[in-house]
Amino acid sequence: MNALKQLFGGNTRQFGMVFALIALIVIFQIATGGLTLTPDNVINLFNGNAYVLILAIGMVLVIIAGHIDLSVGSIAAFVGIVVAMTMRDWGLPWYAGILVGLLLGALIGAWQGFWVAYVGIPAFIVTLAGMLIFRGANQFVGKSNTVPVPKDFQYIGAGYLPEIGPDTGYNNLTLLIGLIVVAAIIWGEIRSRRNNAALGAEVSPLWVSVLKLVLLSAAVLYATYLFATGRPGTSFPVPGLILGVLVLIYGFISSKTIVGRHVYAVGGNRHAAELSGVQSKKVNFLVMMNMAVLAGLAGMIFVGRSNASGPFDGVGWELDAIAAVFIGGAAVSGGVGTVVGSVIGGLVVAVLNNGLQLLGVGADLTQIIKGLFLLAAVAFDVYNKSQGKPSITGLLTRNFGRGKNAPVEQTSEVVPNTTKETISTEA
Amino acid sequence: MAPSSPVILEMRSITKEFPGVKALSNVSLAVRAGEIHAICGENGAGKSTLMKVLSGVYPYGTYSGDIVYQGQVCEFKDIRASEHAGIVIIHQELALIPELSITENIFLGNEPTRFGVIDWNRARRASIELLARVGLRENPDTPVKELGVGKQQLIEIAKALNKSVKLLILDEPTAALNESDSQHLLDLIRGLKAKGISSIMISHKLNEIEQVADSITIIRDGKSIETLDVKADGVDEDRIIKGMVGRTLESRFPDHVSNPGEVFFEVKNWTVAHPTVPDRLVCKNSSFNVRRGEIVGFAGLMGAGRTELARSIFGRSYGNFVSGQIVKDGKEITLKTVQQAISHGLGYVTEDRKSLGLNLLDDIKATTVSAALSKISNNSVVDNNKEFNVAEQYRKQLRTKTPSVNEGVAKLSGGNQQKVVLAKWMFTDPDLLILDEPTRGIDVGAKYEIYGIIQQLANQGKGVIVISSELPELLGLSDRIYTIFEGSITGVLNKDEASQESLMKLMTAAKRAA
Repeated sequence: MNALKQLFGGNTRQFGMVFALIALIVIFQIATGGLTLTPDNVINLFNGNAYVLILAIGMVLVIIAGHIDLSVGSIAAFVGIVVAMTMRDWGLPWYAGILVGLLLGALIGAWQGFWVAYVGIPAFIVTLAGMLIFRGANQFVGKSNTVPVPKDFQYIGAGYLPEIGPDTGYNNLTLLIGLIVVAAIIWGEIRSRRNNAALGAEVSPLWVSVLKLVLLSAAVLYATYLFATGRPGTSFPVPGLILGVLVLIYGFISSKTIVGRHVYAVGGNRHAAELSGVQSKKVNFLVMMNMAVLAGLAGMIFVGRSNASGPFDGVGWELDAIAAVFIGGAAVSGGVGTVVGSVIGGLVVAVLNNGLQLLGVGADLTQIIKGLFLLAAVAFDVYNKSQGKPSITGLLTRNFGRGKNAPVEQTSEVVPNTTKETISTEA
Repeated sequence: MAPSSPVILEMRSITKEFPGVKALSNVSLAVRAGEIHAICGENGAGKSTLMKVLSGVYPYGTYSGDIVYQGQVCEFKDIRASEHAGIVIIHQELALIPELSITENIFLGNEPTRFGVIDWNRARRASIELLARVGLRENPDTPVKELGVGKQQLIEIAKALNKSVKLLILDEPTAALNESDSQHLLDLIRGLKAKGISSIMISHKLNEIEQVADSITIIRDGKSIETLDVKADGVDEDRIIKGMVGRTLESRFPDHVSNPGEVFFEVKNWTVAHPTVPDRLVCKNSSFNVRRGEIVGFAGLMGAGRTELARSIFGRSYGNFVSGQIVKDGKEITLKTVQQAISHGLGYVTEDRKSLGLNLLDDIKATTVSAALSKISNNSVVDNNKEFNVAEQYRKQLRTKTPSVNEGVAKLSGGNQQKVVLAKWMFTDPDLLILDEPTRGIDVGAKYEIYGIIQQLANQGKGVIVISSELPELLGLSDRIYTIFEGSITGVLNKDEASQESLMKLMTAAKRAA
């Protein structure tokens, strides 16, 4: 028990969230008699959920800044249909189509960002309007028809890494990516240990680091193995790759850059941020605009995967993305949340969906279970906070991005009655 | 009268623990019927925790020890239970709902009903009566948001009276009030005493305590140190401070030899309109200047326009600019945004630490660098090591009491929070630092340290403006003091010519000097 605590506690707490995900996978693996962890299923899981996870990345930033975005599904659908039609009617090549999609996303984002940031209308209202406007626009432009997209455009939604190099019986590129990830994880841990030592912060015992690395590497290698040994023609899916790159970029932006700090600052206390020289309007504008760009991207990936853009694409996506973000430990009141946490939250929902599907549970029951799961996950978190214990999801995901130095024990200088206030502001 | 009357409340060896902290250890308190009992102690000493135990915020069973009230051992399971017994707590942060009317607020949670429907007529009549008892002449239908803090405080008391209070607990009741409102409130508490309502009062304003309290219990580090009988023991402020800090403070201000240089910052004919009421001017044609290495005080009653003046200069972060000039180092500068103000070497520490000064979700190190992120960044990528080192350096320099700079700012006491905020602005390396009520809600020991920091900044050649409601503080700290009355600067006095009386005259009289 103590060993577990050492492994999952201290500054290795981020493992816990992954641990919950693994537990879910193991349960379904047993319940489905081994159907969960097959190459095909895992590939499907990524393919079928990449767009929601991409939305979750944008959504967590919106929620950290203290807003919400209900329009992402409609924006995705509108961008999808416009891109499909420009390629069909104007004969644009696939890359130009993607460019059109991203620009259109940025334009829509600027529109919504303008109302939220500069006019000061709550994002809930602006994006509720956007949800209607862009759903209608999708159906108006496409005349409620389905518009197919060309073969090479489908690659971004349904493509796989190509086979290159010698025939090893595996997909070589997938193997390469897996090895790079493992190397990066090991390098990161060594660097963090060295850093903490140099700063005089707490360094976890060596065996904890080693065990952590062994477990994490094993998981990555196993996933690599699954992706690399799928049916011929399949390997690591392109949407998964796009997602991975986005997680890296946005994880970095949110935790390491000035803009990222400003997003947290505005969400945590807008007035204090403004009096510290943060241009909160600009931050709000950027966050809303970024969300729409990612929604456009998600829409295009979905269109690529389903070979065509239709009038009911993206219905309900906003809620999936929002659920992922809150399961991932974000706070409704803003200021709290992480990109990686949200993606893991999204994966938890995806695994739940997938596992229930494999078990042959109907859509009706699946929804009920998902709803209860969301409630339970957040309730557990809130309960823990109200007990004065640290928030599970918050702590589990905290060290992914911000505050990587070891959390320190409470002290006698602490004013006890402020603990409760903090809790209520966080919850 | 106090010593003869019976004990109404006794708290016996109360011990309350939080995970990792013993907030109260064997604290005892005895309050006599019809007395005003003050509780003094530094921030974090455990005063508020003790009151939360008493009022049932921390229910029976979460602490050890006995509460004996009117001869019975009480086991309050929530606030309702303690209110039912006649113990009402009024928190520092008022619990009124701004949009609701006075009547609705007074009867919130306690609405009189007739056949299950709220009887507003009865409520209204009762609230008129209650308003009269607290000496407030207001229409009971007025929304509470239209009242000042002083009047809101009185509404809270009216609300307590409505609950047939026998023991009133006031947590820092005058912290946000100006002199005259405070006086009115204290008179009211004395009036209640005459009617047999006992009060427990927590306050940092020792002069008020000395003025109204019958007895004082001093708490230090979660332990009750002593109970003083004000009249019998001849208690004065120094005596209370001695008990609170456990030693005699030689002086309330560190020694400081000021050596101001030439004028480097000037504001001329500064006029600013209210943000929502354009024809109301909050700053009228104000002019002042600051020398290098000088500590300039700004005295004025609350609402006189001190904060408005400071914030409008600080990147127009308040109100609508009408006219005026800012000259720094001989050149006129225009500061339209906070960012411009910071880059021109201005810093502003707000009077409202919690809602305007801090992101309570942040840790110390992130707060310390938050106004000067570019200083620890390369190509807008934050260098976490530099961040840690900067925060660590200020922690040591300002002696912030925290185990680590990774600690959340919400966990710090007021004094330490203020040090973190000061660190944040010191790190921007300002030429002119404006401190708005820098010691509000801070205990005596930490005040002394903050004064020391302010003087150090002046010694480094920075100009420091101190806005304060506490005249002794301004007199002890400033080289020069400007007075403000209703948005106008009414005078300026040098350290040697200023006194509480002369300042008060300028702060209240109509604009003679303007």
